[in-house]
Amino acid sequence: MTIEVTARYFAAFRERAGRDTERVRTQARTAADLYGELAKRHGFADSMTRCKVAINDELADWNVSLTAGDEVLFFPPVAGG
Amino acid sequence: MSFRIVSAAIDPFARKRELERSAAGACVTFEGWVRNHNEGEAVQALEYEAHQAIAEKEGARIVAEALERFAVTAVRCEHRVGKLAIGDCAVWVGVSAAHRGAAFDACRYVIDETKARVPIWKKEHYASGATGWVNCATKAAG
Repeated sequence: MTIEVTARYFAAFRERAGRDTERVRTQARTAADLYGELAKRHGFADSMTRCKVAINDELADWNVSLTAGDEVLFFPPVAGG
Repeated sequence: MSFRIVSAAIDPFARKRELERSAAGACVTFEGWVRNHNEGEAVQALEYEAHQAIAEKEGARIVAEALERFAVTAVRCEHRVGKLAIGDCAVWVGVSAAHRGAAFDACRYVIDETKARVPIWKKEHYASGATGWVNCATKAAG
């Protein structure tokens, strides 16, 4: 099943993708599947295990199922401090 | 708010006053400063970016964990975003407690968890003119 979601990119991901947001039509079922698809498209080199995902402004597990209309936020490895 | 993302300069003295409690006999604070080098490269400036809402929510969780795990009376953390110069304070953590041991432990816990969990990113501007996102394998296209 194909759904449409909004992907938002931060920091290194935003610079690499050359945009901070995009509408994505995808067959990905989970956030992890979608990361795999978008990492290939944009050349994200970070292992998913070092990154974080948030859905509709809440941190989420990578294996959470996507719903049409979700806003999916991709966070590269953090580096506060 | 116990954990804040701010764009203005951090005021350590004002923050410390928020920790004052009659039952507190110890205060431990940590400041993270912008230094002029990282992994062998000369650094001229740093730029911090955060997802403010999620950062403050995750930060508040870390502060709540510290209050639960350690015998402390107050915990605060503030992290700055935007472009910072060498010597600027990027992050401040403060803890008060009845005794020093818990204050040291909680302060260490808050800075370590903040670095590992809170959606904040750091871009280094090098003397060579190049830039790089710390901890990231993904580099800008081109």
